[in-house]
Amino acid sequence: MRFFRLFLARPASLIGLVLFLVVLAMALGADQFYPGDPLDLAGRPLQWPLADGRFPLGTDVQGRDIAAVLFHGARVTLGIGVVATVIAMAIGIAVGAFAGFYGGGVDEVLMRVTEAFQTLPNFLLLLVLIAVFGSDITTVTVAIGVVSWPASARLTRSEFQSLRSREFVQAARVLGMRDVGIIFREVLPNALPPVLVYASVVMAVAILLESALAFLNLSDPNVASWGNLIGAGRAVLRTQWYVSAIPGLAILATVLAVSLIGQGLNDALNPRLRDRT
Amino acid sequence: MRILALAGRRLVTSLPTLVVLLIGLFLLLQFAPGDTVDALMAQIGGGDPAAAVELRRFYGLDLSVSVRLGHYLARLATFDLGYSAIYGKPVAEVIAERLPATLLLMGSSLAFAFSIGLALGVFAARRVGEWPDTVLSTLGLVFYATPSFWFGLMGIVLFAVDLGWVPAGGLEDLGAGLTGFARVVDVAHHLVLPVATLALIFLATYLRIMRASMLEVMTLDFVRTARAKGLSETVVLTRHVLRNALLPMVTLIGLQTGTMLGGSVVVESVFALPGLGRLAYESVVQRDLNTLLGIVFVSALLVVAVNFLVDLLCARLDPRIAA
Amino acid sequence: MTEPLLSVRDLTVALPPGGDRRHALDAVSLDLRPGEIHCVVGESGSGKSMTATAIMGLLAPTLTVEGGRILFRGRDLREVDERGLRRIRGREIGMIFQEPMTALNPLHTIGDQIAEMFRAHTDLRASEIAGRVEKLLADVHIPDPKAAARAYPHELSGGQRQRAMIAMALALEPSVLIADEPTTALDVTTQAQILSLIRELQDRTGAAVLFITHDFGVVAEIADRVSVMQHGRVVEHGTAEAVLDRPKHPYTRALIAAVPSTVPPKRAARIAPGETLLEVEGAGKTYRTGSLFGRRKRVVRAVDDVTLTLERGRTLGIVGESGSGKSTLARMIVRLIDPDHGAVRIGDVDLASLSRRELREQSRRVQMVFQDPHASLNPRRRAGDLVAQGLVVHGMARAEALDRARRLFALVGLDPNGIDRFPHEFSGGQRQRIGLARALALEPSVLVADEPVSALDVSVQAQILELFERLKRELGLTMVFITHDLRVAAQICDRIAVMKNGRVVEVGDAAEVFAHPRHDYTRTLLAAVPGCHWTPDLGDAVTPFPVRREVYA
Repeated sequence: MRFFRLFLARPASLIGLVLFLVVLAMALGADQFYPGDPLDLAGRPLQWPLADGRFPLGTDVQGRDIAAVLFHGARVTLGIGVVATVIAMAIGIAVGAFAGFYGGGVDEVLMRVTEAFQTLPNFLLLLVLIAVFGSDITTVTVAIGVVSWPASARLTRSEFQSLRSREFVQAARVLGMRDVGIIFREVLPNALPPVLVYASVVMAVAILLESALAFLNLSDPNVASWGNLIGAGRAVLRTQWYVSAIPGLAILATVLAVSLIGQGLNDALNPRLRDRT
Repeated sequence: MRILALAGRRLVTSLPTLVVLLIGLFLLLQFAPGDTVDALMAQIGGGDPAAAVELRRFYGLDLSVSVRLGHYLARLATFDLGYSAIYGKPVAEVIAERLPATLLLMGSSLAFAFSIGLALGVFAARRVGEWPDTVLSTLGLVFYATPSFWFGLMGIVLFAVDLGWVPAGGLEDLGAGLTGFARVVDVAHHLVLPVATLALIFLATYLRIMRASMLEVMTLDFVRTARAKGLSETVVLTRHVLRNALLPMVTLIGLQTGTMLGGSVVVESVFALPGLGRLAYESVVQRDLNTLLGIVFVSALLVVAVNFLVDLLCARLDPRIAA
Repeated sequence: MTEPLLSVRDLTVALPPGGDRRHALDAVSLDLRPGEIHCVVGESGSGKSMTATAIMGLLAPTLTVEGGRILFRGRDLREVDERGLRRIRGREIGMIFQEPMTALNPLHTIGDQIAEMFRAHTDLRASEIAGRVEKLLADVHIPDPKAAARAYPHELSGGQRQRAMIAMALALEPSVLIADEPTTALDVTTQAQILSLIRELQDRTGAAVLFITHDFGVVAEIADRVSVMQHGRVVEHGTAEAVLDRPKHPYTRALIAAVPSTVPPKRAARIAPGETLLEVEGAGKTYRTGSLFGRRKRVVRAVDDVTLTLERGRTLGIVGESGSGKSTLARMIVRLIDPDHGAVRIGDVDLASLSRRELREQSRRVQMVFQDPHASLNPRRRAGDLVAQGLVVHGMARAEALDRARRLFALVGLDPNGIDRFPHEFSGGQRQRIGLARALALEPSVLVADEPVSALDVSVQAQILELFERLKRELGLTMVFITHDLRVAAQICDRIAVMKNGRVVEVGDAAEVFAHPRHDYTRTLLAAVPGCHWTPDLGDAVTPFPVRREVYA
């Protein structure tokens, strides 16, 4: 409870939360507000926002309702963001926990693999995965998850390393607890908070990665995506710049919301740091 | 001597990582539906199967996976990256043509992001809790959340189209046939917007890290010692706080090289720069897997090289490393 | 009586709102005269360090001085501006800190950091400064001053770092030296050297020294005058002799009574030599550092062929300085560390030869109490769960185990209703009691206690020692007690083993070892105990902090 009070005490976290809820509401209400396929032709192409009451945000090159794409795109963006983050965190925590807890040879091997992933620019690896496995939405989501785990593995590992030698873990061992019990009951609950806060960073990056893929037309062309809309708007950038501008603002707002929430959680976890600043 | 030995050791340990990485990638590419020949045939509008078989033999694609992997690694050892069927010349040559633009873009962006991020971070930390800090920290968060390609596009609309201050794309004005200093100025003029675009996210990160690092170091005991010695605030800051606060910043350069390379893919396609990133994008679209693999290899080498330099710098800054 | 050089008058510092009390310092007054060592002594939270920081004008921005004066040579430092203060800091008032590792900048050489004093306050040329630095390092008896000047802090030992720190503080021969717990982080023999160094330099320069400490032994060793602080107030002050031998204030009396004596108490009837319960035989552990690509390999024999025995119902103290291997030995006995060779027998079982699985089943044989009351309890588990944990692991139903936990709480002097609370709701002493209850839950044959009172204030320490004493009596505990503090060892142990560099150099009955040490190193250790010639004797009138049911924080 104290934690939530601390979290909500900062206006920044509150703004983040409200922004996030708005995007979430858009995603959940997309079918109610804009039933049907948002990628279908809705009206005359390239109408400026507010020019026609039916299209408050205007239409794009192919006559699609930008507002409809925005609502449905929220669903895609959040869906990909959340699932990719869950995948990345699951791999990262598992790898980091084992490497950090056992150390030695296990650590050496797992860290080599992590390093190999980190040596490769993650966007390039993403391109390779897309080139190999295709670009339907499931593949894209999994691929983003797969390229995003190394940092959380490192973080989990360092948490585990410092907790492993803590006296309460030694006490559990002296009491005769098994490794599994020690990892899950003693170490993990203490290691998790900073790692979960880091999930907000992973999610922010995942959303940005997806939008960049979609912008380059390498993501699933059959789903309404903000990045895709920006890419489509490039052709008319010099005259109808709003086609690219509007979805960009939506991405910005979503990523900002996730980052603000993450920072709020972090500050609530470390009140000492908050007081200092 | 200590520093060189340390860096050499790091370099040696990064070799196995590199080999693991390449084997993994090569095997991964075997899953790819369709190969270069398929792409090539599709590009010329289909052809007869016999020609395809002939082409596969020509590119060595008919051999077993393990044999090809062996060949591949052996060739890599001599920097032979294979042949690009799409560009009709060796991959190494294609990459070599594109590398300078990317290096220029990345180098400038890094320098820009690091120096400005550092300066603003110090400034924000000095004014912690006051309005300049709040403004900078908020701006940092917004920059961090901005998709770089979108920022680039909006930059083009505003600065190239509306205001006409900078060109909208390209690396230089090829038609003008400029040489010498005039050419340098022209390239710089072309690079203003791309560099700002690529640097944005990193600038935000450096700003945040520098600010946090400064605040952290200022609470440490030796800073209190420095004050107790009667040193002036400037000396305390420059000699005691700044150098210690810089350590995480330098480490960050190494960690972010990869991210920056990834970012250049997007930025180069927005600004039509003839760089490595754009080449990567093109080779994905054209299914030119040889070239893609070559780019990945060169990028990995680049990351290893930058990290090597970062290690040298860290060891230079911090006597505790490898003591 | 000479005029005071530094005079603090009614200094009051406010705590930020929301703290447990309104004032960090409440009308603190003290006088510091030339050529005198004035000790400010108190427990944690008494405000002793803050007094020092306030004099230097280096209080954290969240703290504000509300009133009072800090008169230095007649000038009120509170009215001097920042520029003026900078001229006084370092040149007129030098300061040394507790932890020389963190108090020195890790990125600059020792010589450079000392030279900074001259660069900031004098116009000396670089060559002259280098000479002065070297001379200073020689003055504080650092073995190779030239090399030390070129060294980085991490390349020196703790004692040498503190010497360098002192050299730095005295570089400009300040008239006042403030020393904030300068020996707390050091080993006892190093502490003795640093204390005598401070004495020597003070004699030579005639500086006045304000010495902050929590340790009455240190006070007895070097103080001319003493101020005793509690809850931000000075409760008693006077000459060292008066305060140490004839304390008036009840708090001072209780504090002094809580200081363990270096003379082991006469144990009632000495237990007749009984059966041997614990037997450590030829146990050793060697650490090798440096990898394949490493530079020079280092081999450290943490524990080197140690053989010890312990009889049922008795307490074996293992004493030594840091790096002596005593903690490694403790962890080898409970198999947190696997010995390279040797046996650890408890009863008929050799723990050292068991597999991990067999070891888990044998955990009732030996349990451990840890040093750090903050790190030794999982912050996310309730106190009752922590105590019941071992029983549950070994198959007891949770309800029954919690019921046991309640009784154990009562046994160690805690309110049984506290089992639903989380560790952070308890004080340091209470947490150590929880840790003890957890270890006792399995009714172990042998209890290993690793510095269980080192992190505690002296008053709390006395209570916990009292508890150990009672449990020994009531439960007939067989205990291995690891400590660096010879005073504590003298009070609690029947037998003493002295360790140095991984080896046991002397073993014997406590009374014997303290009265007639045989090994040179034991003698050195005993002589280094601060205030070893001062035995607090207040008669039987004072009980140090009678154990009462504590109120939960």
